[in-house]
Amino acid sequence: MRIAPTKIETFRDDFTYTNSPFAIERFPFPFPEDDYSYSVNIEPHTLPGKADSVYEHLLDIDEHYLSEMRERGLVLKENPKRCIAMPHMDLACWDMIDRCMTSMAVDYPDWFKLEKDGDQWHWQNLLLNIDDRFTFGDSSTLPMPPMEYMGRQVQGDIALLDQREGDLFLDAGIVTCPADWSLAFDAGMSFSEWHGPVPMAHEMGVFDRALKYLCAIQVDRPVRRLNWTLTINARMDTSPETYPNWGHERTSVTPENVGEKVHLRVELQMLDRMPRSNALMFSIRTYLISFEDLCTNPDWARRMHRVMKTLPEPLIEYKGLSRYHPLLVEWLSKYDVPN
Amino acid sequence: MSDPIQVRVAAVRTVSPKIREFTLEAVSGQLFSFSPGSHVVVTMKGTNAEGKAKVWKNAYSLVSDGFDASRYVIAVRLQDESRGGSVFMHTQVKEGDTLEITPPSNLFAPVWSAKKHVLIAGGVGITPFMSYLPEMKRRGAATEMHYSYRGDATGAYREELQVDEQTPVTFYDGAAGERCDLKAVLGSQPLGTHFYVCGPESLIEGVQETAMELGLPSSNIHFEAFAAPQPGQPFAVQLEGSGLNIQVSEDESLLEALERSGVEVPNLCRGGVCGQCRTQVVDGEPEHRDSFLSDTEKADNDCLMPCVSRARSSSLTLSI
Ligand code: HEM
Ligand code: FES
Repeated sequence: MRIAPTKIETFRDDFTYTNSPFAIERFPFPFPEDDYSYSVNIEPHTLPGKADSVYEHLLDIDEHYLSEMRERGLVLKENPKRCIAMPHMDLACWDMIDRCMTSMAVDYPDWFKLEKDGDQWHWQNLLLNIDDRFTFGDSSTLPMPPMEYMGRQVQGDIALLDQREGDLFLDAGIVTCPADWSLAFDAGMSFSEWHGPVPMAHEMGVFDRALKYLCAIQVDRPVRRLNWTLTINARMDTSPETYPNWGHERTSVTPENVGEKVHLRVELQMLDRMPRSNALMFSIRTYLISFEDLCTNPDWARRMHRVMKTLPEPLIEYKGLSRYHPLLVEWLSKYDVPN
Repeated sequence: MSDPIQVRVAAVRTVSPKIREFTLEAVSGQLFSFSPGSHVVVTMKGTNAEGKAKVWKNAYSLVSDGFDASRYVIAVRLQDESRGGSVFMHTQVKEGDTLEITPPSNLFAPVWSAKKHVLIAGGVGITPFMSYLPEMKRRGAATEMHYSYRGDATGAYREELQVDEQTPVTFYDGAAGERCDLKAVLGSQPLGTHFYVCGPESLIEGVQETAMELGLPSSNIHFEAFAAPQPGQPFAVQLEGSGLNIQVSEDESLLEALERSGVEVPNLCRGGVCGQCRTQVVDGEPEHRDSFLSDTEKADNDCLMPCVSRARSSSLTLSI
């Protein structure tokens, strides 16, 4: 059973974030094989997915909802540039509001309610005590710009891509929990430009093929993929802007604290065609799990060891693991003993 | 591929001597909102000249406002050299009939970051622009239109366009000897203008050549070149994967022949532009008619787009 979000945990300072047994069980473990490399790992996000899984609904709302929405508020207060929407993306933002509100109200009727009377909409978010009436499509009837308004009520980062010339452009987004990239820096860039720093994948043709596929995504046919990295402490906001707050934590890993400090960070990325604007919505829903909790599942623990042991050097470097990678492999080896 | 949508024909209307308009409503449930320039593919189940059962699938632009998800409107020109689809729509389809369509997709969307939009339509090429206009108006985007037609055949929606003062439209009736001076139109626009062309190939080429002469960047010129699949010589196909042998007749596309034989090939545009249907050729020489593959890919002859392309040799062997 899905747990109603009631707790408020922190993703900074005292890091009180924890996963319930239910959250551990449904964690989207991203490794289908013992070795990992980049591929065009995109598949249809067919709905509804398996009951209680992170794939059940278009957008997964879980026990960390209140905590993540509070954290988003903190980040936006420190740096409003984490939310950007170029003027030509206004309609795309409203498409996103329609898609998010409509699906959330249907998928979680106890938490969200939506009534539409023509373009007069009434939205209730019972978890955050929000009760608003507005005119669909008219940004002046919302208490804040549409991207920020919706972004503050949906778990996970969101980007809206404008599609033109057979390419995608990062022209709007709300990004408060990135895995070391900056919305302000990438804003306006094309698909291959913002993927510039990624090693190996360009040469492998991964991005060319992925882009072609993405441009052909149809309405009501969302797709998804998983991406992963490692994060020290349960820190959501690992952005270049705040690097001084978290970069040094990589040196704090010791053989004794690996289990509690090192977290597997998995992004469930979902792409969905926006009907009125032809934009693509890209939702990046981040899940964090400590190695301690991860290794309660012996299959995951064994595979994690094998993946880490064979991870290509350029990926170790790109994902920022160099510092503690050998130590981690050693720590994991106890879960992978030949019998 | 998306699930097909069943629609009922709610109204049929003649909008020019050779163009008929069909209003479609969902048989059950809701239609999707759509973006300007979107099209749907209509499946038509009829009989060909010899009385044999035949399925046509043609792409038609939506001419209604994308905000209105209660109905879709399409306009169909009776093609002189029709493969049957447009004849079927004109002679067989009546109010109350049921048709099957795909959800809308878009291969001709406006570039929203443009400073100004110039729409150049020829004949039934007016159709994709009909869904541009309501959104241009909502955004207050600077837009102008140049519309060439032949008064004795096409020229649909002229009254609607005339009353719209935000979008100035200039009309050119070819039947009365009027012509659009492309050089004057393209040459007088502010920097950052994007041009959209939909119409016969001669119009598209005319705009491209004029743009080149004037030194306009080709990235600012957009065209809807829906090559509806053209008829051609019949040919035979061997499928290596499934072991099937299929005969492609002169009035069907290779993709249609494959589908008729129960072979599913991913597809979207059915007009040689989206790249979805790319299929590997093992033997035989394809006749490439698409605008997706590069010239070198075409010269290699090891793949083709079955939605429009055919065979130069009497048979083809495909890997599927
Ligand atoms: C269209 C929506 C997408 C957006 C906005 C997006 C954005 C990003 C960004 C900002 C990065 C970080 C780059 C950096 O280091 O600065 C990244 C990394 C990456 N992206 Fe995407 N991406 C998208 C779709 C995809 C798709 C469809 C694929 C499929 C292959 C993909 C594959 C990757 C890979 C492999 C990495 C490296 C990740 C790692 O190893 O940690 N991306 N993406
Ligand atoms: S279906 Fe689009 S190129 Fe063939």
